[in-house]
Amino acid sequence: MPKRHDIRKILVIGSGPIVIGQAAEFDYAGTQACQALKEEGYEVVLVNSNPATIMTDPNMADKVYIEPLTLEFVSRIIRQERPDGLLATLGGQTGLNLAVELFNSGILEEYNVELLGTKLPSIQQAEDRDLFRELMRELNEPVPESAIVHNMEEAKEFVDQHGYPVIIRPAFTLGGTGGGIVNDEEEFLEITAAGLHASPVGQVLIEKSIAGFKEVEYEVMRDKNDTAIVVCNMENIDPVGIHTGDSIVVAPSQTLTDRDYQLLRNASLKIIRALKIEGGCNVQLALDPDSSQYYVIEVNPRVSRSSALASKATGYPIAKLAAKIAVGYTLDEVKNPVTGTTYACFEPALDYIVTKIPRWPFDKFEGANRKLGTQMKATGEVMAIGRNFEESLLKAVRSLEISAFHLGVTDNQLTVSEVEEKILRADDERLFYIAEAFRMGITVEQIHEWTKIDLFFLEKLHGMILLENRVKERKHDAGILQKAKEKGFSDRWIADAWGVDEYDLYKFRQKENIKPVFKMVDTCAAEFESTTPYYYGTYGEEDESVITDKKSVVVLGSGPIRIGQGIEFDYATVHTVWAIQEAGYEAIIINNNPETVSTDFSMSDKLYFEPLTVEDVMHVIEHEKPEGVIVQFGGQTAINLSEELERRGIKILGTSLDSMDLAEDRERFEKVMQELNIPQPAGKTAFSVTDAVTIASSIGYPVLVRPSYVLGGRAMEIVYQESELLQYMENAARVNPDHPVLVDRYLEGKEIEVDAISDGNDVFIPGMMEHIERAGVHSGDSIAVYPPQTLPEEIKQKIIDRTISIAKGLNIIGLLNIQFVWHKDEVYVLEVNPRSSRTVPFLSKITGVPMANAATKVILGESLKQQGYETGYQKEADEVSVKVPVFSFAKLRRVDTYLGPEMKSTGEVMGRDKNLQKALYKGLIASGIKIPAYGTVLFTVADKDKAEALEMVKRYYEIGYTIMATEGTASIIEKEGIPVDVVGKIGSKGRNLLDVIRKGEAQFVVNTLTKGKIPARDGFRIRRECAENGVVCLTNLDTSEALLEVLESISFSAHALSSFTKKEKVLV
Amino acid sequence: MKRYLILEDGTIFKGLAFGSSRESNGEVVFTTSMTGYQEVLTDPSYCDQIITFTYPLVGNYGINRTDYESIRPAASGIIVNEHAEFPNHHEGMQSLSSWLTAKDIPGLYGIDTRKLTRKIRQHGTLKGRLSNTIENAQEIINEINAAPLTTDQVSKVTTKTPYHLPNSGNRVVVVDFGVKTGMLRELSRRLCDVIVVPYNTPAADIIRLQPDGVLLSNGPGDPKDVPEGITMIQELLNYNIPILGICLGHQLLALACGGDTEKLKFGHRGSNHPVRDLETGKIALTSQNHGYAVTVDSLVNTSLELTHQAVNDGTVEGLKHKVKRAFSIQYHPEASPGPQDSNPIFDDFMKMIKTTKKEGLMQNA
Repeated sequence: MPKRHDIRKILVIGSGPIVIGQAAEFDYAGTQACQALKEEGYEVVLVNSNPATIMTDPNMADKVYIEPLTLEFVSRIIRQERPDGLLATLGGQTGLNLAVELFNSGILEEYNVELLGTKLPSIQQAEDRDLFRELMRELNEPVPESAIVHNMEEAKEFVDQHGYPVIIRPAFTLGGTGGGIVNDEEEFLEITAAGLHASPVGQVLIEKSIAGFKEVEYEVMRDKNDTAIVVCNMENIDPVGIHTGDSIVVAPSQTLTDRDYQLLRNASLKIIRALKIEGGCNVQLALDPDSSQYYVIEVNPRVSRSSALASKATGYPIAKLAAKIAVGYTLDEVKNPVTGTTYACFEPALDYIVTKIPRWPFDKFEGANRKLGTQMKATGEVMAIGRNFEESLLKAVRSLEISAFHLGVTDNQLTVSEVEEKILRADDERLFYIAEAFRMGITVEQIHEWTKIDLFFLEKLHGMILLENRVKERKHDAGILQKAKEKGFSDRWIADAWGVDEYDLYKFRQKENIKPVFKMVDTCAAEFESTTPYYYGTYGEEDESVITDKKSVVVLGSGPIRIGQGIEFDYATVHTVWAIQEAGYEAIIINNNPETVSTDFSMSDKLYFEPLTVEDVMHVIEHEKPEGVIVQFGGQTAINLSEELERRGIKILGTSLDSMDLAEDRERFEKVMQELNIPQPAGKTAFSVTDAVTIASSIGYPVLVRPSYVLGGRAMEIVYQESELLQYMENAARVNPDHPVLVDRYLEGKEIEVDAISDGNDVFIPGMMEHIERAGVHSGDSIAVYPPQTLPEEIKQKIIDRTISIAKGLNIIGLLNIQFVWHKDEVYVLEVNPRSSRTVPFLSKITGVPMANAATKVILGESLKQQGYETGYQKEADEVSVKVPVFSFAKLRRVDTYLGPEMKSTGEVMGRDKNLQKALYKGLIASGIKIPAYGTVLFTVADKDKAEALEMVKRYYEIGYTIMATEGTASIIEKEGIPVDVVGKIGSKGRNLLDVIRKGEAQFVVNTLTKGKIPARDGFRIRRECAENGVVCLTNLDTSEALLEVLESISFSAHALSSFTKKEKVLV
Repeated sequence: MKRYLILEDGTIFKGLAFGSSRESNGEVVFTTSMTGYQEVLTDPSYCDQIITFTYPLVGNYGINRTDYESIRPAASGIIVNEHAEFPNHHEGMQSLSSWLTAKDIPGLYGIDTRKLTRKIRQHGTLKGRLSNTIENAQEIINEINAAPLTTDQVSKVTTKTPYHLPNSGNRVVVVDFGVKTGMLRELSRRLCDVIVVPYNTPAADIIRLQPDGVLLSNGPGDPKDVPEGITMIQELLNYNIPILGICLGHQLLALACGGDTEKLKFGHRGSNHPVRDLETGKIALTSQNHGYAVTVDSLVNTSLELTHQAVNDGTVEGLKHKVKRAFSIQYHPEASPGPQDSNPIFDDFMKMIKTTKKEGLMQNA
């Protein structure tokens, strides 16, 4: 059955902003889907609120709408576009939920829009807990016993019947607040009671715990002909109990016999057939390590993070085929895009082992609870491919970019009991502590008892530690070096172990001819000839990566998605690849993030799925011998490699290493700024605590302090007095001559961000953005507005002039990003990033300038003039666009949600309309904030902010909002004659703040920090309570102001008529 | 200990020895199955072959007491990238390595198995030797080239005497060309009263056992090396007894009906082969292990009808006799290892037996 001809136009829904649990994998899926549909000649209309995606590029669909993913806005698009079909199963949970909403609203029926792919009843059957359990019962597929209980007695009854351990999940709380695993009577009493209390409806789900079972996932596909296949199965090294998104995962499964494998395969296919899935689907199962008993944990009736991983792990493009199935094809009609000769209807055979390790944001959120459990906490992930488990694992470890080049911990003074505690707590570093435990001589059996990790994996880890010792004993022994390299050991670690320089070791290895070969990922274990340009490095005999005669350029990707380095950099990377191809070169990409578009092998001429370390990158470069390497689009990851690459004789294309250093080395930068006559906030580098104190007192408080060379404002703070400074130096900075701390005057004012392209002669500025929040909030967490709404012409001109002179002064070739602050008629430069920035995709889309593309061409020698650009600022657009940050606070326990100099957001959305208020309305709605025309706002602000807040209170009152406040704030409000509902502080008797938040009595909470960072415990609890209950908490008065303006623009205030008596002189 | 794979074209792979210390010769083939090494190694169809596993980690879950496809493995050797020194599974009894030693099967590990696979893919299967030395390598290469591939594999793996697996259901005579336990298990599950007979049992002897159905089993090598089987099938077709041929049994049925077979370049060995049922259009993922196949052109003017075909290369995967109650499939419905999608083939066989018996009763009535 070929494709359908009765549909012509298809609406594709994206997944919106990047949040924990829903990341770049949906850009990959959406991009593939759009391409697949266009390939088939359909007219594609795309809607997504996330501008930092490839899928929202104008050339990806016939029409692209960057609008909020809400019923209201998508309905509007449906009315306008009248699509024949809707494809929602590639937009994550967001897309799926929206499809259900659209269906329920009746609009799909009204406009005769057919839901393509998996049908709605199937989606509901998979998503609705009760319907799903019912289906499993019918199919005779086991699910863990569970019950919904309302009191302790009912809970006890369940436990009596099914025994411990059980899992308690409170109903209707986000982030699993108050739940947990219960192992005995004591825990039962405590956790069940807490769970019942935490649930606003006094209801908990109690479920038999299968923690410790093997967790296995099957990525399956089915078409309308009922052909069903397994694309890939994956085994979590971490047994059931840790969310699969937070687990280390290998593909294919390693410890399953064929009978085990087929048992779970049969169950998966039976379920997907019963659900009548048409497309991709993910089935999660748990298998008893001591028997053949298994349980079905969950089914996702759509493509998912796991399917992106499975696609990259096998080469089989699930999303692309899901799109083809949705328009009527069957699997046996579509060619396997990898081999080009065989068909998509088969099950990939792997001849390597893939390891995925999650990337967690705990380096940014030091206070966060790092314990891993049923709530996913990772922001991204890395994948590595090897021909043995050790190689695959170690490649993944060094792809993480957490300064880990091996299985080691920084603290080597640990006692056995400390290690035990660490391992039992199961946090993000467990793998490293397990290795440490082996070094201490703890047995494999002991660790198995602590972790329930399969002995197969533990033995492998143990073997790696034994090999460590052999390597250490035999310095400069080529035989052991060969062995260590085969097992994935990094040059960095071996060099350390031997006490030699890494580069010298590298040269020794070259001399001994110990170097990797590149093998192809071909879906079929070499059974069929393939031409996929998708490679990984390993220590084998035969190299399959053939070098062509064409000149090539290597692009370094940006690695795993983390806070501060998100999908924006993958966007730029993909554009660079395209530009390189347009310029007539072969584009070669090195990256290790399985979620992204850049690691789709069809995007570049060659994809090397490798860690982004000097060693691994050098292997590729030596093999490919490119013209040079482009580093400026892969965020800090790539930039950090440039020095060492240049040292090894590799040509860095674009802005030179020296120029980059000029921008990043504080003293050199200061000197240039002085020469260019561009003011900077006063500041100095401190190499000791005393230094810092002296500098701060000489430039005056408040000061901004941060370690040098960090990404995303990590560990950056504004301190208002010496005591805070001392505390900061002690806790956050660990200052020493190698790791100095920067101390700068903090200038309060408007922050402006500019991205520009320079070719050395001309500097083109596509646009500038004004931040809503005053300086002090990280630019990534601020709402950015284009074009600026409040800047006087002369300030703008200053910014333009200074941008041009900085670009020239630093001799930038390519992109640069500058942050300015407008403080008392002067424009100061805060920071220059000699690379692509977070705002490049946003700005490219709203200004129509393909910035990464133009910059790449500049780098490859085509001047701006040749490309049609001239020095100066591009004429501003009439429409206003805002970029609004999106956070994942509900998922990160114990993280303070206040906005400050450290970046906390995980994603962004865009709002665009005729004026600022409309654009903001869209932006805020798209970011997930509900904006009701009336409601309640709760104020609890610091003394310093009270006057400013009072003005806001008045305006909220004007538009009909009820005002709530804590005592102190309330008394001031009352003095103004505004009725206020007083709520008790935390701990006070009767109804207090937290009750109000928990019960959702206030729509918005305005809470500002008392001072500095040290959070008053109460403030922290208020903010956390909001995060966990989904209440909007505004910690910055500028953001509150922006929201208020939006509310005002959609509300009408009601005023009584003025009395006549006041109008005395009406007419002259 | 060092060990080498020496191929007829002169290529030498250097690796390490595991399992038995003896040297061995065989046809070097590869399988892409990622699980089920125990089933593969004990499958009699691999007789006189050296099996290369494309999946690089083999032996992870050890050897258990269940997953035997024959009691005596017939493979000449095994080649892996890495074998597990510390396997783990609740059913696991011993490591792959110690089992191979016990069964006297030599193994080679630590070579680039993907390179070897690509070589076989490009060249076709090769004759080779697992050798403990490469002194006199040229001599060994000459020897390998001089020695023809064996043709007597079926007689090596077949049962020497008939045996009975009593049960309460239909009597099925299994002609053992190298039968996998999986087939017997599937018949047992359907309560069949099974009698397994040697491959060269005359048709008349089979008829004397009064079978309700005859299963022509899988087996190693070239079907043309088993003329006894072809004659037997031709005779069996004269009786109204349902026949199911699997793998070699399928090829023999085709030859018996005037079809022809040919050697495939490197065969189909793995757990992921899509097969289309031409009647229903449905696709099944199948487990396969064969080096020969029925040629599609040879079916013209025979009494056979093509029922199943490989999605990828169009290989003949299933046949049906136009007149007689006989059908056959090239792949393995008993799986072990591999997907169990085609398990209902055995039910089809049971149905065919049932229909035949019913008709028989009516005729007798």
